[in-house]
Amino acid sequence: MSVAKDAALLVGAPRSNARGKLGRSTVDTGTGELVGQTWPLLAVENLTKHFALKGGLLNRTKAVVQAVDGVSFDVQTGETLGIVGESGCGKSTTARLLMHLIPPDIGSIVFDGLVVGAADGGLSHRDLHRQMQMVFQESYASLNPRLPVAMSIAFGPLVHGLAKSAALKRAMKLLEAVGLDPMLFANRYPHELSGGQRQRINIARALALEPRIVILDEAVSALDKSVEAQVLNLLVDLKAQFDLTYVFISHDLNVVRYISDRVMVMYLGKVVEIGPVDHLYRDPQHPYTQALLSAMPSMDPRRRTLKAPLTGDPPNPISPPSGCRFRTRCPFAEAVCETASPALLAPPGEELRAVACHMRVPGSGHSRAATVVSA
Amino acid sequence: MWAFTLRRLLYAVPVLLGVSMLVFALIHLAPGDVVDILVPPEVPKEIADSLRRRFRLDEPLYMQYLAWLSRLLVGDFGISFFTNRPVAEELFGALGNTLVLALPAAVLGFLLGVVLGALAAYNHGSWLDKLFSATAIIGVSLPHYWVGIVLVAIFAVVLNVLPAQGMGFEGIPTSWDHVKHLILPVVTLSLIPMGVISRLVRANVLEILSQEFVGALHAKGLLNRRVLYHTLKNAAPSALALMGLQFGYLLGGSILVETVFNWPGSGGLMNLAIFRRDVPMLSATIVVLATIFVLINILVDVLQALIDPRVRR
Amino acid sequence: MADVAVLPADPSGAFKRAQQGKSYWRRVWERLRDDKVTLAVIGVLVMLLVMVVFAPWFTVHDPYTGSVLRRLKPVGTPGHWLGTDEVGRDLWARMVFGGRLSLLAGVVPVFLALLIGGFLGVAAGYAGGLVNSAIMRLTDVLYAFPSILLAIAITGILGSGLQNTILALTISFIPPIIRISESVTTQVRHLDFVEAARASGAGPLTIMRYHILNNVLGPILVYATSLISICIILAAGLSFLGLGVTPPSAEWGLMLNNLRQALWVSPLVAALPGVMIFITSMCFNLTSDGLRQAMDVRL
Repeated sequence: MSVAKDAALLVGAPRSNARGKLGRSTVDTGTGELVGQTWPLLAVENLTKHFALKGGLLNRTKAVVQAVDGVSFDVQTGETLGIVGESGCGKSTTARLLMHLIPPDIGSIVFDGLVVGAADGGLSHRDLHRQMQMVFQESYASLNPRLPVAMSIAFGPLVHGLAKSAALKRAMKLLEAVGLDPMLFANRYPHELSGGQRQRINIARALALEPRIVILDEAVSALDKSVEAQVLNLLVDLKAQFDLTYVFISHDLNVVRYISDRVMVMYLGKVVEIGPVDHLYRDPQHPYTQALLSAMPSMDPRRRTLKAPLTGDPPNPISPPSGCRFRTRCPFAEAVCETASPALLAPPGEELRAVACHMRVPGSGHSRAATVVSA
Repeated sequence: MWAFTLRRLLYAVPVLLGVSMLVFALIHLAPGDVVDILVPPEVPKEIADSLRRRFRLDEPLYMQYLAWLSRLLVGDFGISFFTNRPVAEELFGALGNTLVLALPAAVLGFLLGVVLGALAAYNHGSWLDKLFSATAIIGVSLPHYWVGIVLVAIFAVVLNVLPAQGMGFEGIPTSWDHVKHLILPVVTLSLIPMGVISRLVRANVLEILSQEFVGALHAKGLLNRRVLYHTLKNAAPSALALMGLQFGYLLGGSILVETVFNWPGSGGLMNLAIFRRDVPMLSATIVVLATIFVLINILVDVLQALIDPRVRR
Repeated sequence: MADVAVLPADPSGAFKRAQQGKSYWRRVWERLRDDKVTLAVIGVLVMLLVMVVFAPWFTVHDPYTGSVLRRLKPVGTPGHWLGTDEVGRDLWARMVFGGRLSLLAGVVPVFLALLIGGFLGVAAGYAGGLVNSAIMRLTDVLYAFPSILLAIAITGILGSGLQNTILALTISFIPPIIRISESVTTQVRHLDFVEAARASGAGPLTIMRYHILNNVLGPILVYATSLISICIILAAGLSFLGLGVTPPSAEWGLMLNNLRQALWVSPLVAALPGVMIFITSMCFNLTSDGLRQAMDVRL
């Protein structure tokens, strides 16, 4: 059950059923309320992906990596949803599942009301790719070294039927939009550009198909700090200019705070907390989020981290702990955490947030949880 | 570990089956059939046909294949068309002779290869290394059978110190005269393994040395014992693997050198079989040599897995 | 390509050159241009090719007519500067004309193996899964033979002659090319830009055309050129065994075989054809090394 669905019930039915933009909705970070009508642009339900490790005599499956396990969330039109977590938490796998670069084992993706991949009346993968694109982490491998960058950008439109000259014209316009002079850059090759320039090309390539939602997978992580700031600001400008919706994946909490409207925290393949960015950063509810945020170095000398926030080693995604996956590193873990896996629920009184922790669920059996008052 | 070995062995079975099918297919793709070879063309058709029936050549192909395969598996390689003796006898005798050639050639080639490669790597950049690189390129471009001919021309014809051809003994060499027959063919045969191994050893040792000597260590010419030991240990797995492979090549690919020196090994046997159109001999030889090659490959893999646990996936 | 805005005046073309990116192949070409040794070797090869193709222009005698009176004349005989063979034919003429068959049997199999093996290997590398397994297992069967053995098996059983030689050598070289094609393609396939291309909704053929082939052809081509020198040696070896070209054709390996008996009488003449094999093989080796160096461009 996701937060946004509750909000939809609060605010009312969508204004229009037609395909196409249904009006923008944003989360007012001051009040934490949803403004405008809501109909999630992207609704993900129970997404699960396990990878089998093979070996042994007959190439049997020796172990299973539970990369993503039962992940559900929504993305509202026009917002930026940040996804944070440590390495191995499943963020990149989630990104690839959304883009359908790898098929999910279980779960559904609903884009703009249409089920992706459904045989009858659903959204085909090809059409999904026209509306959802991805910006990869910058690396030498993110652009074809043998193609001039304009061709790399024009490839997508070319595939979808645009004539070569028209595709290249669009590439030129996009180069300009991302801040690179098309006269100088169109025929250059990736090895002749700097990291920041290559990332701008990546962004231009993602925008070439005129998508409505862009997934950014560690899009600024590989850049120098100054360049990172420039690219972030470019992303913000482009979002306004092209009416985009972002899913911003990163391990850098500061960057996520800067750019996101709502933030989702993942741990070992599961969602542990989700909520409006200011609320989450001001008052984190899940012990993992608390630990992550307290581990951020601060310029304020009054906020010093005295105790190490997290204990123990990050557990193996191959054999995650039973019950709550975080319990082996959680200072508040108790018996109930071992037996029952906490569901992602909105804490009482705060409809826009959701936490997966027994401590926040009244009557769960955890010593810190509020007791249920029988009505 | 045993799982790995078992898996490799099991895996070899379909490969060897494929090999046998390939050889069988080749035999039957050849123009004319066995009877045409055995019998002069003037023989009337009825006799030829009855012979075909006797050899079961009128049966469907897959049955012939299965019959042939089952005979192979029990060691019945058939009777040579030419000598009328069982193929197996001649084949294993010939294989022994090839081994007499291949073993010293392997030892010589590997030893020299390791030494030359290591020397070149230790003296990287000097004239020794450049000489090595030049020699390596020359070595790879030389047809080794031609080198054999040249060696014969020099040592047998001009200088007359070594015999030009023939084995001169049976079994193992026991006298200097026997050894004289061995020298030229062994040297010729050792050239390719020496070239290949020395290049690999040089590349590996260079890589390791470049890691070890980062910084200010200038131990030019000084063999730091610890470094040497560490270097050899790291270079060993891939070098050993390559050596195994090369030994396989020596056994299976000796035909050219054996032809030059008229050596009665498996290669020479194949040569004769080809010219006499001795199909049972030829096909059996090919299958046996391929099988040996596959088994050596498996052995190499297992040894490598033993030394380097990373290999066992 | 770019027909967007008005270009500023650019008389020297410097601005245009700055705009025009340097593609990978252009950089390879520039490095090759600076590599004097490789250029020299390529020059030698071209000279060889010209001599062999226009053989009548470079030789005086006919390579097929010999006279028993002039058998095995040594090097330096007036009129036959490299001597004569065991039937009295001019050795120089035999070597030049022999180059035709030797080079043909040395280059064509590699070229054919490149086409067939390259296609299969790239397909296996891109498709993965069952297709990959099937192709690689078939390759393993062929790999069970040391290369000579396979070529000998085919020519020995099917018969000698130029066609069978080319067939046998092609089949011998298909497995290594499949292996390297599959390996390189698998590496490229997992790079980010290929994923991005898939995310654009492109089908496999389009992706291969725009993204895979141009990245994969380089290494495969270099490897194939390094195989040519081996093929020349093997082809001559097959003829040496009597399994390749048949007499009275002129071919270097065959000549080596024919002249073996002459070793006792005229060792220098008997060894000469091998020199041609060696020189040609060496030139191809050096060329392929130079090519590899030029293509090792740090991106």
